[in-house]
Amino acid sequence: MTPKTLQDFTSQEYKYGFKTDIESVTLPKGLNEETVRSISRLKNEPEFMLEFRLRAYRHWLTLREPTWAHVEYPKIDYQDIIYYSAPKPKAADKKSMDEVDPELKKTFEKLGIPLMEQKRLAGVAVDAIFDSVSVATSYKQKLLEVGVVFCSFSEAVEKYPELVKKYIGSVVPYTDNYFAALNSAVFSDGSFVYIPKGVKSPMELSSYFRINTEGSGQFERTLIICEDGGYVSYLEGCTAPKFDTNQLHAAVVELVALDEAEIKYSTVQNWYAGDPKTGKGGIYNFVTKRGKCLGKRSKISWTQVETGSAITWKYPSCVLIGEGSTGEFYSVALTNHHQQADTGTKMIHIGRDTKSRIISKGISAGASRNSYRGAVEIKAGADNARNFTQCDSLLVGDRCSANTFPVIDALNPTAQLEHEASTSRISDDQLFYFRSRGIRTEEAMTTIVNGFCKEVFNELPGEFAVEATQLLGLKLEGSVG
Amino acid sequence: MSGKVLLEIQGLTAGIGEREILKGFDLSVRAGEVHAIMGPNGSGKSTLSKVLAGDPHYKVTSGTVRFEGKDLLTMEPEARALEGVFLAFQYPVEIPGVNNASFLRLAYNAKRRHDGKSEADPLEFDELVRERMGVVSMPETFLTRSVNHGFSGGEKKRNEIVQMAVLEPKLAILDETDSGLDIDALRIVAEGINKLRRPDNAMILITHYNRLLEYVRPDHVHILANGRIVRSGGAQLALELEKKGYDLLTAEAKG
Repeated sequence: MTPKTLQDFTSQEYKYGFKTDIESVTLPKGLNEETVRSISRLKNEPEFMLEFRLRAYRHWLTLREPTWAHVEYPKIDYQDIIYYSAPKPKAADKKSMDEVDPELKKTFEKLGIPLMEQKRLAGVAVDAIFDSVSVATSYKQKLLEVGVVFCSFSEAVEKYPELVKKYIGSVVPYTDNYFAALNSAVFSDGSFVYIPKGVKSPMELSSYFRINTEGSGQFERTLIICEDGGYVSYLEGCTAPKFDTNQLHAAVVELVALDEAEIKYSTVQNWYAGDPKTGKGGIYNFVTKRGKCLGKRSKISWTQVETGSAITWKYPSCVLIGEGSTGEFYSVALTNHHQQADTGTKMIHIGRDTKSRIISKGISAGASRNSYRGAVEIKAGADNARNFTQCDSLLVGDRCSANTFPVIDALNPTAQLEHEASTSRISDDQLFYFRSRGIRTEEAMTTIVNGFCKEVFNELPGEFAVEATQLLGLKLEGSVG
Repeated sequence: MSGKVLLEIQGLTAGIGEREILKGFDLSVRAGEVHAIMGPNGSGKSTLSKVLAGDPHYKVTSGTVRFEGKDLLTMEPEARALEGVFLAFQYPVEIPGVNNASFLRLAYNAKRRHDGKSEADPLEFDELVRERMGVVSMPETFLTRSVNHGFSGGEKKRNEIVQMAVLEPKLAILDETDSGLDIDALRIVAEGINKLRRPDNAMILITHYNRLLEYVRPDHVHILANGRIVRSGGAQLALELEKKGYDLLTAEAKG
């Protein structure tokens, strides 16, 4: 059937909803001090890591789950979550690509993630995270030759403990918020990147996160350190099988940029969003992402395309300390059916001559709820700080909602701030106009939405921009009626 | 001199919701012809154009519409367009974020695929569009601007003609393309329409006034009142209408 109007259009099946049968090592459900110790023990961690985890855990016990976001969900039972699940050692032990469990390889192939180094997507190094652990990192050797370290977080703890010790929690301390504390206590793996002084990473680095086990949470941690004059572009992608139960994904990402270093961090998030009709199941994506521009004229740029998850609750932010440093946030957040998103950014200007730029595009369809929440803070010492914010919302149909909650707090009179916002709706008249020129509704929708998101897609690395474009098209199928 | 029958409308009754606007409308259009349909507000002119293009807001209750012998009413709007029916909208809608070049390329390639041809390569297409823009002297900046977004009334109407020039429909319905145009813009648009007139295509000009018809000479003029054609004639009928006004003419028709 050809969809006719805005309502017929948005109900495409989630195609990553399959589960892989694989033997795994899984801790029993529930969280207590012993869980934290077990995770640390399973990972053979040094003492400082266990200490870090325990401090975080004890602090977490004193906190309450925050409720200020514009989202609704039943109370999470933290004793009903599996905190550690990893493919059996034969699968997880990956000295080379050839030793990766064939089942896992197949899974990632099905997802379109190439682990085989010689295969297509040449020029992109991939770290694949399956449930709690990293299963494979490609191009590792080639990167090491130029001094770039790209490995799983566990491996970093083992091989580069001094770097981990110096920077873990330096951007997002475990005291930062409820989910950051929880992550710091139980995180199981993640990616680690180190770019030494003066090195530009010769290829895109990419992490791919996959939740497989039902009832498990994914608590990964990413740490990227870019030394003076270094450059790295990093991309993460995410999918999960369909389960009727909700799964918690509480990640922490920390970025550190030293003098004149530049980090570009892109996310294409397509976690399972729950049943399109009932809203049952799906991922709770409660993530803390922050970058610190420590060095002079350093730059951190976040680009995110958020299309999945039952609930997305995240604010990739920049702390601009170094003189003349720059923070950027480019975001497309699409919600459909019963999805909820409360996302945005925080730009904290501390150093003088710091600049930030925020471009947020929210698309709501179905009965979804989409909110932009942002804060721009200009501290007293941030002379000549500048911010430009643009927040656009696009509504598809008349059952969805869009909200913006911008906050500006300027304590320095030399600051220059600009804020622009708009709300528009894809109308049946627009669709009819396309159709009367021989263009199908689906193609019309995709064209309008891509036009709306263009400024953000332009920031994505080439092939991922193409992927994001297609993904949005798929996600909106069935939303026009 | 007339060609084969392109469009055959018989007893068309249609409207919005419960309200009937067209009440037994008949019209036959042959290739090579230009028909003008004139009538007062509310007589059903715009309803006719929307129904022919397949606007889902309008409901057809009876009658038939054949386009080259095929049942037009059962086709989706995009299928009608691909078959060669084109509506130049009275109020073209704005589409922010989608530029004219991409929009035209999408439409043009949809047509190419439908005709079993390969899609035009970007350079070839660019050349074609630039040439067709010349029909209504559209400036180069037009290509990178969003479709109708922030366009003046005149620019929107000219854009409709550019689209028509690119898509080369067999039947074009121009819904009050002359309304809201100043005299210079009217001349540009009218000249554009004349350039696109060919023996193998046809046009229906829907208009209130004779002024467009001073530039684009119709073969047939029909007067629409209360959902039906009440009088048909040659180009001179438009002049007569201008002198006497709708009331007198429709009264005469009834009498």
